[in-house]
Amino acid sequence: MPGIAQLAMATGFLLILIGFYGALTRRNLLRMIVAFTVAGTGVNVVIVSIGYMHGRTAPILDATLAASDAAARIIDPLPQALVLTAIVIGVGITALMLAYALRLYSQKRTLDIGRFTELKG
Amino acid sequence: MGNLMTAMTGVLCVAMLGAALLAIGEPGAEEAQTDTSGLPIAILAAGLVSLLASVLFLVLAAPDVAMTEAAIGSGLTTFLFFFVLGRIRSQSETKGGEDG
Amino acid sequence: MVKRFIALVLVLAVGGLFAVLLATYAPDAELNQTARYYAQRTAQDLGAANIVTAIIVTYRGLDTLGEVTVLFLAATIVGLVLSQGGQSGTPARGRVPVGELLTTGSRYLAPLILLLGVYVFVNGHLTPGGGFQGGAIIASGTLLLLLADPLRRFGHRLIAAVESVAGVVYVLIGLLGLILAGGFLDNRILPTGALGALFSAGAIPLIYVLIGLKVGAEVSSMLVSLAETDAETREEA
Repeated sequence: MPGIAQLAMATGFLLILIGFYGALTRRNLLRMIVAFTVAGTGVNVVIVSIGYMHGRTAPILDATLAASDAAARIIDPLPQALVLTAIVIGVGITALMLAYALRLYSQKRTLDIGRFTELKG
Repeated sequence: MGNLMTAMTGVLCVAMLGAALLAIGEPGAEEAQTDTSGLPIAILAAGLVSLLASVLFLVLAAPDVAMTEAAIGSGLTTFLFFFVLGRIRSQSETKGGEDG
Repeated sequence: MVKRFIALVLVLAVGGLFAVLLATYAPDAELNQTARYYAQRTAQDLGAANIVTAIIVTYRGLDTLGEVTVLFLAATIVGLVLSQGGQSGTPARGRVPVGELLTTGSRYLAPLILLLGVYVFVNGHLTPGGGFQGGAIIASGTLLLLLADPLRRFGHRLIAAVESVAGVVYVLIGLLGLILAGGFLDNRILPTGALGALFSAGAIPLIYVLIGLKVGAEVSSMLVSLAETDAETREEA
């Protein structure tokens, strides 16, 4: 029986693959960006699931979790800090991609990636 | 208890994958790929993936990440997409027909 | 069709790689050395109850400074890309009037949303949440105001002032740590206080408030520049 961490990790990997496939095959710019955000969510799920340990609790100290036995009872806080950063940067990247898509649309009046041919040799 | 939790996580994961497939759209719709008709569903499905991911983060004992994902990944990103989609639609309504 | 086939092959190859990773993954039974250091030392060294916050604001504080800078750059580029050109006049199209419910509701809800955002980032060192989440909540308050009145002109100057003052004070606090405590962005320039109290953990609450204001202002400015170009194309009509 797989644990929660393995389940979440498998889901994260599948999300990356779905997003990757979507970004490669779609021709609509906005759909490509949607696929990228799905893949990004997958990456975050994978990283958080790496830090998970069975039977341990969140890395927040309080009355029921004394600082002295924290090392034996909390999960790894480092991947969580990493993913927190990644999510915030992710929304910045998405906003940037959307702004460029909007500019491209107002230039060419199309969202079809096949019609942006300026850089083709 | 442990089994129930695992089963619930399994359901959550299946729902996420379904929403992700909905977000990238069905592969057969070749000619409909360049218009914007199916996009609201795709955007909402991507937001749903984020929202379910934030529940999954909570199950994985990461409340900080869950909160960030719910507020930023699921809330703000979806709204950014809709802002841009609305603009593209208002431009295409007024300018459409020039080059098809 | 060929293109789709190549994409499928590529995805399957990456999928095989992932499958190997997943099959060989064995979860740790113990915290690794770095994580154990954070778990054992955070409470007594920094006085923060939320270890993730302690890592983000103090142990990896420089990364966070870089992160808010990246977000600032993204907001700037969004504004730049959307502002230049592209303002070809569009024929008139009536905007659907905003409903009474939304206008009235936003008037009461927006201050409460701001309050929630402030609560979230003030308590960042004690409970889940912090500057980034609180900043996003504040930005959603801005979003509500934008939805209620799409033609509202937000003070770009106010947003820019909040953003830059928060940024400068953030760096100054970091430099103060260099002089008064152990290094750049060290939080022990203020007393660490009792674990779990609101005024504890040295400069962490202060820095997280600044991060919250900065992130809130940055994301708000992204939303405002997206909405304003929208309003402009329609106004020209």
